[in-house]
Amino acid sequence: MMRLRELAHARTGDKGDISSIAVIAYDPGDFAFLAEHVTIAAVAAHFGATVRGPVERYELPGLGALNFVLHGALGGGVTRSLALDAHGKSLSSCLLEMELPDPQAPPAAP
Amino acid sequence: MKTVRIGSGAGYSGDRIEPAVELAEHGGISYLGFECLAERTIALAQQARLADQDAGYDPLLGARMQAVLPVSVPRGIRIITNMGAANPRAAAAETARIARRLGFGGLKIAAITGDDVLDVIAAAPWPLMERPDETTLALGDRIISANAYLGVEAIVQALAADADIVITGRVADPALFMAPLVHEFGWDMEDWDSLGRATVVGHLLECAGQITGGYFADPGYKDVADLARLGFPLAEVRADGSATITKVAGSGGVVSLRSCTEQLLYEVHDPARYYQPDVIADFSAVRLAGDGPDRVAISGGRGTARTGMLKVSIGYRDSFVGEGQISYAGAGALARARLGIEIVRERLRLTGVRISELRCDVIGVDALHRGPGHGAGEPAEARIRVTGRTDSLAEAVRIGNEVETLYTNGPAGGGGASKSAREVIGVVSTLIPEAKVTPRVSYQVT
Repeated sequence: MMRLRELAHARTGDKGDISSIAVIAYDPGDFAFLAEHVTIAAVAAHFGATVRGPVERYELPGLGALNFVLHGALGGGVTRSLALDAHGKSLSSCLLEMELPDPQAPPAAP
Repeated sequence: MKTVRIGSGAGYSGDRIEPAVELAEHGGISYLGFECLAERTIALAQQARLADQDAGYDPLLGARMQAVLPVSVPRGIRIITNMGAANPRAAAAETARIARRLGFGGLKIAAITGDDVLDVIAAAPWPLMERPDETTLALGDRIISANAYLGVEAIVQALAADADIVITGRVADPALFMAPLVHEFGWDMEDWDSLGRATVVGHLLECAGQITGGYFADPGYKDVADLARLGFPLAEVRADGSATITKVAGSGGVVSLRSCTEQLLYEVHDPARYYQPDVIADFSAVRLAGDGPDRVAISGGRGTARTGMLKVSIGYRDSFVGEGQISYAGAGALARARLGIEIVRERLRLTGVRISELRCDVIGVDALHRGPGHGAGEPAEARIRVTGRTDSLAEAVRIGNEVETLYTNGPAGGGGASKSAREVIGVVSTLIPEAKVTPRVSYQVT
């Protein structure tokens, strides 16, 4: 296993109660691997109860990037959230903790 | 081929001032934009204006103008900023006073108004974007401000009238940088692709240091030199709307494919539909290419017809929030922190503090992230943070008080307590037809 951090960097933005996180491959050649493993379901599971609404994903292969949109992620919105990090600025680094299979490892036997 | 050089002098109200001076002195720029108006700021500014009719503009306007005008005016650099907040005319008057004191006669300063649409919002129930089942009626008499995001039109008009400084209230952030491009290149306001590309440029510039290495450094992975002297960005924009992002040579920070990609997608939802007052910009085919040290070429933006609706930010009195913190360290720190939280929870129940929402964190353990793997292991120190929402300031104050009393009534070794209570001004949004909004320009000459 390896962490997403080894393959990608990320930035969080906020609008109301929606957090957006861009996940960008250091090497554009890893985009397909990221697109396969950093799925909507995986991101939703990673954040658990922090994200109360649906998660969307937009693919930008030309930029080697995936853009995630997390609804209900900011405690009711930046202006009224009780969270210490009301903007969710730290969420991008938290996402980079996600564990991925080692891309060099051979596929598991069926 | 004609290029226009535009600098970005601030990414938020409290931003550093010296990088803007550096850009004006050494950036070879013709325009300098300052984006200083966050979503909620205008509601707070409106309250300030209600208390004093000459107030309600950015508190740092004076300091910025004082620092920048001495280097921008002699070079003919034109300034565009939303530091007018809730009172652009008073901000223009204050800027004129500063210019006169500095000895700059003949400067034309424009104030853009018309973004205040409180009367429009008050006249009918408008659906809230964030709360699908509610309208503005649900906010009752708690609404304190309503400001529409204006496009470039009035700013372009002011530039065409030879304004040296343009001061706005609420406009779309990229519009501060798009307007000089529309003015210089004479694009038609239905040339959607050019407006889309201009939006890309404005979007990349509007957060200033966030594209030159700020909000980016991650030691060992993304190293950035000299962040204490971070240079702010400038764009060299060509007539087709393509551009190169760079910064002043010798300043701190970095302009790279990585920093530009992060900023391109910052606060973007669907990259193919980035809604602006003047255009729906499409970032999905944008291409970035290295163009030498600290230079990145941007191309491929597109656009489609604007919706004809303008987003309005509505500020309202939401609630009150109280907070208290106290720290524990050494053996059993986390257990004592958790005990402290349980005590405060019970005290708030026992003493009947009416709280509609309560949040209890251990800073350093689970305050920022509560996903898988959080809070594993014993921390060397732990700081609890209890915060709750109430209907009155008096009740909000009691939350911090109950944390503070842990000093003498709680677990062993609690230190460094702090507390606060404040009113929360919330912001919600709606959309109104652009025909309901009339931007206006007024001028004064020093």
